[in-house]
Amino acid sequence: MHMLDSMIPAGPLEEKWTRYKGTVKLVNPANKRKLEVIVIGTGLAGSSAAASLGEMGYKVKAFCFQDTPRRAHSIAAQGGINAAKNYQNDGDSVYRLFYDTIKGGDYRAREANVYRLAEVSTHIIDQCVAQGVPFAREYGGLLSNRSFGGTQVQRTFYAAGQTGQQLLIGAYQALERQVALGTVEMFSRHEMVELVIIDGKARGVIVRDLVTGELERHFGHAVLLCSGGYGNVFYLSTNAMGSNVTAAWRAHRNGAYFANPCFTQIHPTCIPVSGDHQSKLTLMSESLRNDGRIWVPKQQGDNRKPNQIPEEERDYYLERRYPAFGNLVPRDVASRAAKERCDAGYGVGSSRQAVYLDYAAAIQRYGKAEVSKHNLGNVSTEVITNLGKEVVKEKYGNLFAMYEKITGENPYEVPMRIYPAVHYTMGGLWVDYELKTTIDGLYALGEANFSDHGANRLGASALMQGLADGYFVIPYTLGNYLADEIRTTPISLDHPAFVEAEKKANDRIQRLMSIQGKQTVESFHKRLGKIIWDQCGMARSEEGLKKAIADVQALKKEFWSDVRIPGEVNAMNPELDKAGRVADFIELGELMCVDALNRNESCGGHFREEFQTSDGEALRDDEQYMYVSAWEYNESGWDLHKEELNYEKVKPSQRSYK
Amino acid sequence: MSWSNLFSTSIGKKLIMSLTGIFLVIFLVVHCYVNANVLFTNGEENFNRAAHFMGTNLLIRVTEIGLFAGFILHIIQGYKLEWLNRSKRASRYAVTAGNKTSKWYSRSMALLGSLILIFLIVHLAHFWVPSRITGLEEVTYDGKPYHNLYLEMQHVFAQPWAVALYLLGCFSLSWHLLHGIQSAAQTMGWTSKNYFPIIRSVGQAFSIVVPLIFALMPVFMHFGWEIDLGSITLLF
Amino acid sequence: MQHYTMNLNLKVWRQKSGTSTGGFETYSVSNISSEMSFLEMIDVLNERLIKEGGDPIAFDHDCREGICGMCSMVIDGRPHGPWKGTTTCQLHMRAFKDGDTITIEPFRANAFPVIKDLMVSRSAFDRIIQAGGYVSVNTGNAVDGNAIPIEKEKADDAFAAAACIGCGACVAACKNASAMLFLSAKVSHLALLPQGEPERKQRVVSMVAQMDKEGFGSCTNTYACEAECPKEISVLNIARLNREYLNASLSGS
Repeated sequence: MHMLDSMIPAGPLEEKWTRYKGTVKLVNPANKRKLEVIVIGTGLAGSSAAASLGEMGYKVKAFCFQDTPRRAHSIAAQGGINAAKNYQNDGDSVYRLFYDTIKGGDYRAREANVYRLAEVSTHIIDQCVAQGVPFAREYGGLLSNRSFGGTQVQRTFYAAGQTGQQLLIGAYQALERQVALGTVEMFSRHEMVELVIIDGKARGVIVRDLVTGELERHFGHAVLLCSGGYGNVFYLSTNAMGSNVTAAWRAHRNGAYFANPCFTQIHPTCIPVSGDHQSKLTLMSESLRNDGRIWVPKQQGDNRKPNQIPEEERDYYLERRYPAFGNLVPRDVASRAAKERCDAGYGVGSSRQAVYLDYAAAIQRYGKAEVSKHNLGNVSTEVITNLGKEVVKEKYGNLFAMYEKITGENPYEVPMRIYPAVHYTMGGLWVDYELKTTIDGLYALGEANFSDHGANRLGASALMQGLADGYFVIPYTLGNYLADEIRTTPISLDHPAFVEAEKKANDRIQRLMSIQGKQTVESFHKRLGKIIWDQCGMARSEEGLKKAIADVQALKKEFWSDVRIPGEVNAMNPELDKAGRVADFIELGELMCVDALNRNESCGGHFREEFQTSDGEALRDDEQYMYVSAWEYNESGWDLHKEELNYEKVKPSQRSYK
Repeated sequence: MSWSNLFSTSIGKKLIMSLTGIFLVIFLVVHCYVNANVLFTNGEENFNRAAHFMGTNLLIRVTEIGLFAGFILHIIQGYKLEWLNRSKRASRYAVTAGNKTSKWYSRSMALLGSLILIFLIVHLAHFWVPSRITGLEEVTYDGKPYHNLYLEMQHVFAQPWAVALYLLGCFSLSWHLLHGIQSAAQTMGWTSKNYFPIIRSVGQAFSIVVPLIFALMPVFMHFGWEIDLGSITLLF
Repeated sequence: MQHYTMNLNLKVWRQKSGTSTGGFETYSVSNISSEMSFLEMIDVLNERLIKEGGDPIAFDHDCREGICGMCSMVIDGRPHGPWKGTTTCQLHMRAFKDGDTITIEPFRANAFPVIKDLMVSRSAFDRIIQAGGYVSVNTGNAVDGNAIPIEKEKADDAFAAAACIGCGACVAACKNASAMLFLSAKVSHLALLPQGEPERKQRVVSMVAQMDKEGFGSCTNTYACEAECPKEISVLNIARLNREYLNASLSGS
């Protein structure tokens, strides 16, 4: 084990980024044209990075497994994007966004990165507006903001319930513009299956063309992994079906450290599981907690319909436990509180694994506001209700419609049933201040890295981080590396390292195809998901984690001896694609449990049952665990490396939302 | 781009349909107005005088050339577009949505147009050819000779098959217009949140009223009906 | 909501690759829950096919929450199936009843060639965007987000157009395989905003040219696209596109 150096620039926190930018090495325009950069993934981080680097003059190759870059799962983010603009004059500032993010992350994030994130957040909004992102606006024509969990200011910019979509389309259009200009070459339906390292530096990738099944070699002076998070290790999550850890995991197997894998986020407001057939979970934006009230019946196993339960027999447990933040506590807190109620027997719905999210009060409140706004005088409750419904429809209409489509219930009339679901992974490839992994020339951006959210991410911060990394960080930090690469001429694709890497990828594919067992890839994925969800989900324990590690190891053996993959290697074969991904998820699942077992404390999304306060709150151990766990892969398991977290600015304290 | 190749793009081709269509709609108004004379008392003289004016006025004769050009352009371009558009889906669906997502007549403009074309050919043979080429019987009003087109109409519409064909033509025209008018407005870019409902309603009213008036003509002529307007004269 | 299970017959288009000829295969599936999504029903069939040694049905899908635009399919003649404003992934089996026969085909258009089974290539859409569906602003060039106020109604209209998910249902639904709804959504989105103003004319002209080059048909205003659009993009955007196109052409350089 050794301590990792995160290469944080010297100087006061507020000046680090400015100083870095002022002194960082640059590449002149003529040389940029000779330097090639590979970008894996085209979500917010990948698209924005590829577009920005293309604009600067680098030769970029971008890859995505979907049919077009615009499908990346950033598109599904609903609620919004944070920025310290203080347009609302409510006391926001770069410092406060930084502070909220550090605190929200339960003091497990790196101060310098988070400060930089808060600093560039304002530029992101400007950039997106300039691209034509149609953010919500007020009647005066200025940008509108909403509030979000874990903060007390209104700093979230949004485009109805489709903010991620609009931001991604902005970045996608910028990317397509570069494709048209010839600076970016786009490879859709291509998946990275191996990393090529030459003399200790990342120099290229092996990708599989998902249409023809052929393996291709691509050279790059640097490789950027913008491949997103690994939430699909749980099988059921709010991630897209294709979201996977393969690119990051291949890098990890080649020497990149994987940091804080056990820090996963369970989102409190998702549509509950309806049966065994379920293939994925659907998130209902956290913004719903702005106006909705969360409750369960006071009586265990109450079978009455929600509307028949009188007010005094309802337990608004978040408002009861956390009067200061109420329904707007951070995600980890809200999720655990829901689990606690359901485990204690107060859950609702046929599965008893759900709580109510109720809009009746908000409908009345908005209805009354409308009445006074339009001077309607004395009107019936029915009129008030209808007016209120109209307002709610305007704000959340698309989410309510989605809920109704999935459940067949009308959320304007009946409280919605919600339950927590896996949504985001704070862990990821370890990166330093420059977003460089432990492999030279290999960078990780967005959700694929671990750096900014600590043990828990605040709502509306994922979009912020993805775009910050792509638009405003990597264009500077990558130059610092590439400035020393201007003499490196493109390496031949026949170089032994390329041949070797392709052989490795091919061998793995052949091995998978040759098993021809009895069980489908999907069935293994489901079993893996259940193990991880049960033992490394919302609550973890030493005993459970040890059992999970054994179970995952056994599952891995079974997978590699009994999986059945139909079809051919040299043709389109979605089952083969999926098999490669699930094989990597299985290995990652084990590492998650190893990491969770190592961390004998509770913090953020990591809740160890052994470590909690008398009233059930997470009990952190700053003495022992104020570090980032960075795991190095080796054939027999993993070695732990640590990055010490030094808090110069913020004084860690017990996170309280009471 | 210069506007010389404006009409060669997919939108440009539709613009031609739209412009010629609008021109033909204007023609319909005039044609309908003139011919409506036959529905009323003293229809023979009024109509023959009006027809005489239409046949001799220089400006109108010049416009008539434009009218033919408009028809030909509309027809050729229409068929070309239909053929082009059909070629964009080489492999057809086994099941189609049918009327669940669009109106049958909006999908059948080529068919309706073809029916109208058949009607048009017969119609020209019935009236335009004799009045311009082969000649008609004459009638004298105030000492001046006029073509008795009215009499020709009586001859033609005495035959039940001709009445039936003309009614079919009017039906086709009605459906064709029902889609065509608002479609032309949409292609010209005139529709917007505020105007779309108005354009659609006006278009629908036109598509029903004008063909209906046309349809009444063969029926009235066949049965020898007329409407007494008293002292009001319709035209000229 | 009453839940039920059903047995169904599926007539599915199978085509090994873009170059081979395809045809329909019939499968029966039993015990399908009304709570399943349509794609989950196909998952069930695919699991069975794999176990039986068959080739699972290839189809595009990713987010399964109606926003990425990757899922496609024409279900009983309807792109994305019978529900209004819904993608295939959000269509639930409640829409069907026991004993139904469901015909499932790929999106069909020359510009969307089949890759395999129900999977088609929609890269033509990317190339249309490349022709001008953007604002030419490099990273770092932006002024403050509030520097240019934008009328709320315009911002809302721009958003409504920008909500297009690029799924291609409009093309699949159109009898002419026209991409005008897709194109008009992008042209409207950018033409309505001041940021899109400088390139307004050039954009519409080049994007229309690219659309034609890709082999899409003309718009004959049947409005089937609007009826099938999962995001209910309005055909008034097509009128705006026509207007923009005419203006740009008549006043072009």
